[in-house]
Amino acid sequence: MIAGSRRWLLAALAAAFAVSWFSPHYNRYYLGVAMDVGIAVIMAVSLNLINGHTGQFSLGHAGFMAVGGFTAAKLTMLTSNAFFPLSLLFGGLMAACVGLIVGVPSLRLKGDYLAIVTLGFGEIIRVVFQNSQAFGAATGLTGIPKLTTLFWTWGAAAVTVYVVTSLVNSTYGRGFICVHDDEVAAAAIGVSPTRYKVTAFVVGAFFAGVAGGLYAHHKQVMQPDGFGFIRSIDFVVMVILGGMGRTAGVIAAAIVLTLLPEFLRVREFASYRMIIYSLLIIGLMMARPQGLFTFGKKSASSV
Amino acid sequence: MPENRPNTTRFHARRRLRPVIALAAAMLAAGCNKSNEPSSADVIKVGEFASLTGKEATFGVSSHEGTLLGVEQINAAGGVLGKKIQLLTEDDLSKAGEPATSVNKLISRDGVVAILGEVASSRSLEAAPICQQSHIPMISPSSTNPKVTETGDYIFRVCFIDPFQGTVMANFAAKTLKAKKVAIFTDVKSDYSIGLAKFFKAGFAATGGQIVAELDYNGGDKDFKAQLTAIKSASPDAVFIPGYYTDVALICIQAKELNLTVPLFGGDGWESDQLVKIGQDAVEGEFFSTHYAPDVATERSRQFVASYRKRFDGKTPDAMAALGFDSVMILADAIKRAGSTDGAKIRDALAATRDFDGVTGKTSINEKRDATKPAVILQVKDGRFKYVETVNP
Amino acid sequence: MQWFLQQLINGLALGSIYALIALGYTMVYGVLGFINFAHCDVLMLGAFAASFLAAPVARVLAPQSYCGAAVIILLAAGLCALIGMLIEFLAYRPLRRRPKLTVLITAIGVSLFLEFTCQHPAVFGAATRPFPKLIPQRDCQWRGLSFNTNDIGVLLVTVLLLVALWWIVRRTRIGVAMRAVSFNESAAALMGVNINRVISFTFALGSALAAVAGVFYAMRAPGIEPLMGVQPGLRAFTAAVVGGIGNLPGAALGGVLIGLLETFAGGIPGLSDYRDGIAFAILILILLFKPAGLLGKAQVEKV
Repeated sequence: MIAGSRRWLLAALAAAFAVSWFSPHYNRYYLGVAMDVGIAVIMAVSLNLINGHTGQFSLGHAGFMAVGGFTAAKLTMLTSNAFFPLSLLFGGLMAACVGLIVGVPSLRLKGDYLAIVTLGFGEIIRVVFQNSQAFGAATGLTGIPKLTTLFWTWGAAAVTVYVVTSLVNSTYGRGFICVHDDEVAAAAIGVSPTRYKVTAFVVGAFFAGVAGGLYAHHKQVMQPDGFGFIRSIDFVVMVILGGMGRTAGVIAAAIVLTLLPEFLRVREFASYRMIIYSLLIIGLMMARPQGLFTFGKKSASSV
Repeated sequence: MPENRPNTTRFHARRRLRPVIALAAAMLAAGCNKSNEPSSADVIKVGEFASLTGKEATFGVSSHEGTLLGVEQINAAGGVLGKKIQLLTEDDLSKAGEPATSVNKLISRDGVVAILGEVASSRSLEAAPICQQSHIPMISPSSTNPKVTETGDYIFRVCFIDPFQGTVMANFAAKTLKAKKVAIFTDVKSDYSIGLAKFFKAGFAATGGQIVAELDYNGGDKDFKAQLTAIKSASPDAVFIPGYYTDVALICIQAKELNLTVPLFGGDGWESDQLVKIGQDAVEGEFFSTHYAPDVATERSRQFVASYRKRFDGKTPDAMAALGFDSVMILADAIKRAGSTDGAKIRDALAATRDFDGVTGKTSINEKRDATKPAVILQVKDGRFKYVETVNP
Repeated sequence: MQWFLQQLINGLALGSIYALIALGYTMVYGVLGFINFAHCDVLMLGAFAASFLAAPVARVLAPQSYCGAAVIILLAAGLCALIGMLIEFLAYRPLRRRPKLTVLITAIGVSLFLEFTCQHPAVFGAATRPFPKLIPQRDCQWRGLSFNTNDIGVLLVTVLLLVALWWIVRRTRIGVAMRAVSFNESAAALMGVNINRVISFTFALGSALAAVAGVFYAMRAPGIEPLMGVQPGLRAFTAAVVGGIGNLPGAALGGVLIGLLETFAGGIPGLSDYRDGIAFAILILILLFKPAGLLGKAQVEKV
């Protein structure tokens, strides 16, 4: 662990706390958007660990978010509001377990197959929640207490960035990039692709679960319908746009892609949003696969 | 080998992040005003969120048109409390997650005094907590799931609820269709469908009937033959399909192909001209319950149908349009009685609504903030919806 | 017994449609090595094309005739063949030399682009629209079993097309070229095979098949909408993998198998809720235990 970033983390947490302290004075709508941004950052950075750094193409990230969200919401509703931080943690842990279950089969699969399998897992998770009475079936959970604040969202985002960055920059973390570049070579030199791939999934899923918990206590409603393939694509676009593997770029992409639809909330634009997204994906892959927010060294071969 | 040095990434991370954080902070500062002025001098802002595009577009468009007609009529008559109503509409794309943002924007950024919406219970459920917490009254035109108004005392609806609708159809099945054994085919993706099925089941059991099969489908599926075969082999006297028109039309077609000739019936999710356009012969003769029938001969209804036709190129209004119209009329009436646009006062006035002469019948808001209204049963005859009977609560 | 036989009929009809779609997936994967996510949307375009062509053709020929239906299907197939070639030319050809992941992401982008453009109110709109009757449909009852002319038609046409495809791949020069390219692209190029033409042809063929499948699917469930291809596409892709991706008979077999499984599972109360998840579960299980599929050969990865 690098000492510098620990200072950064504390500074970020303090700043988040300070800004959050004045929450009641903010316009509710903008407050909501700011929290959405924080949640998006967590999702994008955690997905980046799996897709970008380790090169495992996962299309089911929203499923982990759903697991975390449902678990955390159910827990808070069963116990009490004060349980919130623990609910988040537990939601993350449950999502991490699911990440383990998803990660294990991923060992054998590459590229396209992995993408489809993760997509499949995401859908299976959705179907399970949809049919589970304990989680409200199709209605989902409603009336979740509004416990998410700016501090929690941005604090969790800071922690996510810290953990992921530190992990990847450590000696241990070189293994992720090693597995990304060439699995066979990695195995040949003693870096276990198994271990790194699974670690990536588990850590990524954990933070996605936390993000899910934050989301649940922000929107106050958890419906299985909103966590399918299209939701996962939202985050995949952020990772691609930000340059797979570049944390800073991914954060910037997450912020921009969450704010842009809000600023352009004119009715005519809303129907164009996904069309523009898809063209963005295609265009980026053709012209600038390293992402929009990467400056400095041109690293085309990371994709 | 690829240039992907983490060290430079981290270094860049901090440098790159700073402008982004600065931008975010600036925006937050911009948002640092609590809320906007609710109404400028001479308009009353009313927010509406509806599914104008997407899967359930016909519902949203209908209810929006009804609401729009209502607003135009109110304004033509001079407005409310001397001010004109300004209707601000947001499209929620028939998607989960959108209503929350739409309503947040309407309340916090546009400063509306009340919210109208939505048709689909799941989307109303999403928006209700926000309205409740902001102390902004919300009126749903046609969400029938009981949980919607249970959210809080600022949430109302101007239609009946599924426990009533389920019982109506259960009694209809027992008495009119003379069915002793019924199969239920539920859309497991829709809480409206699940709720209605549940209440139907209870109601039908109360009449002494028996549910012989319960099958599910996923809304949006196109192939139902597997489940319909199972239903057929259970030999029901009728099949209850509490789903939405797009699926119901296909179900009816495939049921007929499988030679399942018993009556098929359902709830207000059937109500759309698309049901007949897609289903054609297969839906002929089937029954469903809904809130309103255009050929019911009250004076109010006739006036409404005429003005709707004039405004919207000869289209006949359906239940969603009628309820949309009634919802804004009842809101305007409540604002008038409250004498102000204060949320709490409007809420109290709404709760006190009694025997309001609406297009869909005399509407009274009960203590659960639902409307005790009769249901009408329609039958598909010659490609149109024909009125069969009214069932009072 | 009757339930069983009826479900058998239902499943075979459905499975034939999946088989037609699966052939397209497997051909493209065999020749180009990636999953053409946009394939399912070509299915949708075929159905829409047929719905628009129905009226003009009915004016020229007799309305609701077998002859007219054949013409409509041919036209729709031809149109989609062109669209398929266009997609390949615009979106995939420029990325021929790039890593497979890039192409996969682009394919997702193309698929989303097609789906959301068609959902836009100015194009088709997201609401379901009726599909016109193309042929006079006769429902037949025989010993209590119901089937109709559509089902028979689908089975016949599928068998015919399979035979035709087999003939093309096995007995024509272009077929030999396709097989060569799927075996080793660079070697084929060195042997004088025009890679671009072969790939275009493959796409054209696959897209035409998808269009036919789309029309039959729409005849079965006469309500078409821009997202109608997603579910059958996923099932068909599962079928292609189950049969061994790159293997034509395998894809057909897989299609029928998946159709049957889905139908039998769907007819069981309690299981029908999970229909969406079942196809994915099958996919994941196959990929875990027999990744080469039922008829495929295990690929040895050369280092």
